[in-house]
Amino acid sequence: MNTSLNTPMNAKDLDNSGRRVVVDPVTRIEGHMRCEVNVDSNNVIRNAVSTGTMWRGLEVILKGRDPRDAWAFVERICGVCTGTHALTSVRAVEDALKIDIPYNAFLIRHLMDKTLQVHDHIVHFYHLHALDWVNPVNALKADPKATSELQQAVSPHHPKSSPGYFKDVQTRLKRFVENGQLGLFSNGYWDNPAYKLPPEADLMAVSHYLEALDLQKDIVKIHTIFGGKNPHPNYMVGGVSCAINMDDVGAAGAPVNMTTLNFVLERINEAEQFTKNVYIPDVLAVASIYKDWLHGGGLASQNVLSYGTYPTIQGDKSSELLPAGAIVNGNWDEVHPVDVRDPNEIQEFVDHSWYTYEGGQKGKGLHPWDGETEPKFELGPNAKGTKTNIKEIDESAKYSWIKAPRWKGHAMEVGPLARYIIAYVSGNERVQGQVDRSLSAFNQAAGLDLGLKQFLPSTLGRTLARALECELCVETMRDDWHSLVNNIKNGDSSTANVDNWDPSTWPKEAKGVGINEAPRGALAHWIKIKDGKIENYQAIVPTTWNGSPRDSQGNIGAFEASLLDTPMERPDEPVEILRTLHSFDPCLACSTHVMSEDGQELTKVKIR
Amino acid sequence: MKEDQKQVLILGIGNVLWADEGFGVRAVEYLHRHYQFSDNVKLMDGGTQGIYLVQHVQEVDVLVVFDAVDYGLEPGTMKRVEGDEVPKFMGAKKMSLHQTGFQEVLAMAEFTGSYPEHLLLMGVQPVELEDFGGSLRPAVKDQIQPAIQQALSYLQNLGVKAVHRNEPLAETDLAPGELELDRYETDRPSEQQACRVGDPRVLFAQDSVE
Repeated sequence: MNTSLNTPMNAKDLDNSGRRVVVDPVTRIEGHMRCEVNVDSNNVIRNAVSTGTMWRGLEVILKGRDPRDAWAFVERICGVCTGTHALTSVRAVEDALKIDIPYNAFLIRHLMDKTLQVHDHIVHFYHLHALDWVNPVNALKADPKATSELQQAVSPHHPKSSPGYFKDVQTRLKRFVENGQLGLFSNGYWDNPAYKLPPEADLMAVSHYLEALDLQKDIVKIHTIFGGKNPHPNYMVGGVSCAINMDDVGAAGAPVNMTTLNFVLERINEAEQFTKNVYIPDVLAVASIYKDWLHGGGLASQNVLSYGTYPTIQGDKSSELLPAGAIVNGNWDEVHPVDVRDPNEIQEFVDHSWYTYEGGQKGKGLHPWDGETEPKFELGPNAKGTKTNIKEIDESAKYSWIKAPRWKGHAMEVGPLARYIIAYVSGNERVQGQVDRSLSAFNQAAGLDLGLKQFLPSTLGRTLARALECELCVETMRDDWHSLVNNIKNGDSSTANVDNWDPSTWPKEAKGVGINEAPRGALAHWIKIKDGKIENYQAIVPTTWNGSPRDSQGNIGAFEASLLDTPMERPDEPVEILRTLHSFDPCLACSTHVMSEDGQELTKVKIR
Repeated sequence: MKEDQKQVLILGIGNVLWADEGFGVRAVEYLHRHYQFSDNVKLMDGGTQGIYLVQHVQEVDVLVVFDAVDYGLEPGTMKRVEGDEVPKFMGAKKMSLHQTGFQEVLAMAEFTGSYPEHLLLMGVQPVELEDFGGSLRPAVKDQIQPAIQQALSYLQNLGVKAVHRNEPLAETDLAPGELELDRYETDRPSEQQACRVGDPRVLFAQDSVE
């Protein structure tokens, strides 16, 4: 069954007559969001409304500051995106001031960026998203011996697969649960029939939750080597902050040398083993058991956007491992070029957002270089409750602190799935090989014969694309590593270009844009510099695209579209809503200013 | 094992961009500038890294956390919590950006069997959080030194000594100089330059208790 192709994309096709379910806040994400849906008499979602519940505006902290400092501030916006904002910020400044970075810096930034991608994807799947599919309480019923057999069938090369190992994990879990503090797992709906895994698969997944926790602490050490420290590695305009000295023998904190580079290679190898032997097999195993749950595609089959990332040749966008492009109206035969500088391509609308524009907002889109952030908080005539205690949103009026970015007027989905669809249909052989192999493994395990367009644009497809991207990153980190070592051995130890460091060398006015494909999707920072200071700074982050509200034409956002037509087992237990929203890896901290009124963490679900 | 070989982590958590939410980070910044420790003691600006901090917690015997926590007390009040009480308090109305929060970090450390033997939380009740780009309010800033004194005497009882620096460090290597307190405060854009209005749901939350 596949519903994604016929998913409505416009508010006029939605039905808000059924019961209203309010989920606020959505848990296990970074930041705060609210979601309201209407379900029909069969508990199928027929209308969806996504609201970012706090105001944003980076210029509040950045206006008037030194552009070379901006990265340090944007690194602090939230806890999970850190380096990706820092990198995008230094790129924006370098673009404005026409600064080229040394080849070593180009490679080291790739290594740091991919480290972040790999780390983020693994932690997202095992520590934030897995509990939407995996039931840890059910794992207590598992037979360790049968779990061992399952593990060996799913990934024959994974060493941790003995019955004793699973027995030990189960004992630890049991003790943890019996302590009366389910702790980590206390917010789940563990008796909901939406959970389908057999106990052995649940136990295997809990074990991998622990293994992933161990792995993530090692992979981020790459940031310590190149960025000086972790958390919060250092970035710099003009290159990277580390020095290279191959004659040096010091360990951490010293200049980069052969000892530290070899350490980096070991971490890459470990992450690759885990991704191939554990992460991807786990996603495919989960998918094959949830084979009937192919909901959640939403905009993915229709409108997707990527700015492109990881060029193998410095300065050559055509060499990118994941290419740039836009697909609209489900036409996978045509990938449009994307220009982030063109004032007519990317625009932000605020008809349904709690902002206003000078001279009126109606149907008006602003390119980020000309962006305005003027808050205007008001509820529509049909909203229930008060401004400080909203019972029910009126989505016909303003209803979110997230603006509505559009590419040539289209609402777009961004993220690993968007990148993979664009790469696949652009003829990228590496990506095609990964996707084809996974689809065939899924079909075989599930006893199905689904085509690409039936499987990939779905919640499971989104989760798979993230795992495949993790594999692509670890594999190509090794290429970056070899290129770096060769370049250094050829006598180049330069890591920063400081020719234009002094503001006296800058033009009186300049503007630039930094782009990146962050773990969550297309990210860009637009900067205007005047007299050596920041005059305007705007960012469109991935969750601004995915979490976007409606626009003046009624086009709905990616989160909203993804929830439509999904049946819920129990509307007061929003497992299905969380499952699909989590598959985007939302980060509301970056897309809005975050704070619920009391920091309440338990999800309140209300049915009206 | 000798007492002074215990592995110690002194961790400041919170978001420096949200006014008093930066208390923990600023306290550790101050501590690092004014005191010196031996190699078994690590000072860290943990920001809002949430579960990414778990490995640092797993590694230590003694964990001291500085943080802004909402205890429902008079704003600016300092509260000291020890041992098993710590996770409970860290779950209380935490305003951290990281929803998983530090409570979950402690739960993960426990689940993996690597839980610190000694735990101290030096918390301060925030005065103001809804001021993006703002700094510590005076009542909270005034608690930095008393909180540090209490933490130091706690550590001393465990055999962990601190030496007062003759000259404070000009810059710490905990966070980039760009974020250093004085520079952060003096370079802030004015209200005329950049609107500071927040979300009325937060700003007027006191008026709307159901």
